[in-house]
Amino acid sequence: MRFKVRGIDTFASTGGRPFDKNKPLMIFVHGSGLSHMVWVLQTRYFAFRGYSILAIDLPGHGLSSGESLKTIEEMGDWVGDVIDAVGCKEASLVGHSQGCLVTMECAKQHPEKIKTLTLMGGAGAIPLNPELLELAETSNTKAVDLMMDWAHGPAGHFGGHPVPGLYHLNVGSMLVQEKKEIKDTLGVDFRACDNYKNGFEAAKKLDLPTLCILGDADKMCPLKEGKKLADHIKGSEVHVINNCGHMMLLEEADQTLEILKSFIGKHYPLKK
Amino acid sequence: MDPKTYKFDTLSLHAGYQPSKNAGSRQVPIYQTTSYMFDDVDHAAALFNLERGGHIYSRMSNPTVQVLEERVCALEGGTAALATASGMSAIFLTIMTLCNAGDHMVVSSQLYGGTVNLFRLTLPKFGIKTTFVKPRDTEGFKKAIQPNTKGIFGELVGNPGNELMNMPEVSKIAKDAGIPLIIDSTYQTPYLCRPFEHGADLVVHSLTKWMSGNGSSMAGILVEGGTFNWMQNDKFPNMTEPYEGYHGLSFAEEFGPTAFTMMARAEGMRDMGPCLAPQNAWNILHGIETLSLRMEKHCSNALKMVEYLSNHESVAWVSHASAPGHPDKELAEKILPKGTGSMIAFGIKGGKEAGAAFIDNVKLASHLANVGDARTLVIHPASATHSQMDEATLKFAGLSHDMIRLSVGLEDFEDIVNDFENGFRAAKKPRLVANK
Repeated sequence: MRFKVRGIDTFASTGGRPFDKNKPLMIFVHGSGLSHMVWVLQTRYFAFRGYSILAIDLPGHGLSSGESLKTIEEMGDWVGDVIDAVGCKEASLVGHSQGCLVTMECAKQHPEKIKTLTLMGGAGAIPLNPELLELAETSNTKAVDLMMDWAHGPAGHFGGHPVPGLYHLNVGSMLVQEKKEIKDTLGVDFRACDNYKNGFEAAKKLDLPTLCILGDADKMCPLKEGKKLADHIKGSEVHVINNCGHMMLLEEADQTLEILKSFIGKHYPLKK
Repeated sequence: MDPKTYKFDTLSLHAGYQPSKNAGSRQVPIYQTTSYMFDDVDHAAALFNLERGGHIYSRMSNPTVQVLEERVCALEGGTAALATASGMSAIFLTIMTLCNAGDHMVVSSQLYGGTVNLFRLTLPKFGIKTTFVKPRDTEGFKKAIQPNTKGIFGELVGNPGNELMNMPEVSKIAKDAGIPLIIDSTYQTPYLCRPFEHGADLVVHSLTKWMSGNGSSMAGILVEGGTFNWMQNDKFPNMTEPYEGYHGLSFAEEFGPTAFTMMARAEGMRDMGPCLAPQNAWNILHGIETLSLRMEKHCSNALKMVEYLSNHESVAWVSHASAPGHPDKELAEKILPKGTGSMIAFGIKGGKEAGAAFIDNVKLASHLANVGDARTLVIHPASATHSQMDEATLKFAGLSHDMIRLSVGLEDFEDIVNDFENGFRAAKKPRLVANK
C-alpha cells in the first residue's frame, strides 16, 4: 500500500489484505538498512486474522521514496505521523533492532497513540563499531557482510530457514543492498543508532504493555543489553529464544510469532 | 576486520543443516514422507497461505530436499533455491514462472539438445516463442530482444561445442532491456563459476552431473540471485500483480529478493509438481561434500586430455576453452580462473563412421547419455543427444558429424589414454554405420 506521510510517497506491506482503518492497527518497523520484507513471517498471520497491518519502509528504504531520516527521534515522530496519515488514532508497535529504538521513541513522543510495544533484538543503546560505521558510510559492501555475520546465529550460518529454499545470509544481504546505495540507508541508520543516547530515558517513561524478545546468541544487541533495557521498562515481559541470533523474526520465526500472538492476544485483542 | 562466515568447502559440507535440530544426526536424515502433521487448524491455514514457513506436502517441499536447496544456494551466493526432479524440469519451471502465452525468449543456440527442443518445439505449444542466437554473437542477443521478450537464457559453456557466451556483456544487455539473464551453469558448478558475480539473475543446474558426480540420481535446481528488480517495469505481472491463487499476494512486494523462487514453488510445484525425491537429494548432497576435490581432478585430467588429443594423428580438431587458439580462451581465463571444466569436444578423422567405431571400441570410457560422472564418458552427439535436430539446426548449434563429446572422469590419466588408443586404432578400420 502506498500513501503520503509528510508529503513523501511511503510504502507499507499490509500483509496481503486490504488496509482497513476500522480494524486494530499493528505497525512493524524494520532495522538498519532493511525493509518491510523482514516481517513477512509475522505480518501475513495477523493480517489474515483481523488486524490491519503496516510493515513500513522508513523513508529512503525499500519501496518508500525520500531520503533516510537522520535521527532516531525523527524516525519515532515520523511513525507517529504514519498513524495519522492512514486515518487511525492508535496502534500497536513492533520493532526490530534499530526499530526498537524508533518505536520506543515514538511511544515516548506519542504516548496517547501507542497501545502496546514489542521490541525484538532491542537494546537501550546501539553503539556501532567505528570500522563498521565507516564501511557503511562509504558504501563498502564489507559492511553488509559483517552485519550479516554478526546478525545471524546458527540458523543463519549453517542453514534451516523456516521457509524452505531460502538462505538467511544472502537474503539479508540482498535486502540491504536492494536498489539503494548502502551509505544512504545502512550508513545513515548506523550513524543514527550510534548517535542516539536517549534509549534508557525513553524506556523509563514507557507505561504500556511491553514485550522484549531476545536471542541468546545475539551479537548485534547482546542478551545482557536486551535484559538491561527490559529492566528499565516498567512491567515488561521478556522472552529469550535459545540458540538464536539477532534476526529472530526470521531465524526463529515460528517461536517469535507464537510469543507475539500470545502477547497481542492478551494486550491488544480483537474487539468482539 | 573480516566477516567470519563460512567459505566454499565448509559450506559444501555443512550449509543448510543443523544436527541439533535433527536428533543429533551427523548425516542429513532422509525424510521419506509425503506429508507433515499440522499442530492445529490455524497452523494448517497459516502454512497454506504462506503466513509462516514449513512443510505441507513433499511435492512442495521436503526437509531433506531443503538442505540440498540451501546448500546449493549458499555455494552459488543466491538468496533462494528450488530443487526439482531433473535439470530439464528446473528450466521448464523457470520459463513457466517467467513467461505467459505471447511472450518471447532470447536463447543461446548452443545448448543441450533437450533444452533446444524445449525452446524450439515444446514452449511454442504454450505460446512462448524463442529467437536463437549463436553464443559468441553478443550483439545478436541485443538485436533479438523484442518488446515481449522476458529473458535471455544460455549455457555459459555451450553443449557440446564448448563455445562461451560472454556472460558479463550479455548481462549488461539484459539489464539495459530490463529483463533477467538466466544461466544454465551445469558444466561449471559453483566451484568453477558463480554466475551471480558476473551479472546473471537466475541460475539453473542439472545436479545429476558434476554436483552429484556419482551418476546415481536425477536432480535439478533453480537458484535466485536476488539481484533482479521485478518492479522496475511492467513486463513481469506474474511477479508484481496480485496473484489470485494466494488471495491477491504480490510476490515481488512481499518477498523481494526471493520472489521468483517463492512464485516458482507456490505455483509451479503446486501445479506442475516436478518434485525431487528425498533419496535423490541425499545422494546429491553426498556428491557435493567432495565437489571442490573432484572438480580440481576433473579439470587437471581435462587439461592433460586436451594436450593428448591436440597432438594425436587421428584427431582433426579439439575444442576446449583451455586449448591454444580457442576463440574464447581469454574470456574463459577471466570468468573461469579455476578451470574451464572437463567437457571436451573433438573431431575424429574419418567422420561419422570413425566416430562410431571409436565409441564402440573404448572399454573404460562409458558410452552413455550423461556428462559429469566421476567416470569418463563419451558419446557421438549427432546420433544421440542431439539426434532429434535436423541438419540446419545441427549446423546452427555448431555440431558436426565427426564430433565426439568427451566428459573427462577421475580415472588415472594413463588408463584413459590407453583406452582411447584402442578406440583410435579401431576407428581406422572401415565399418557399417546407420544412416539418418
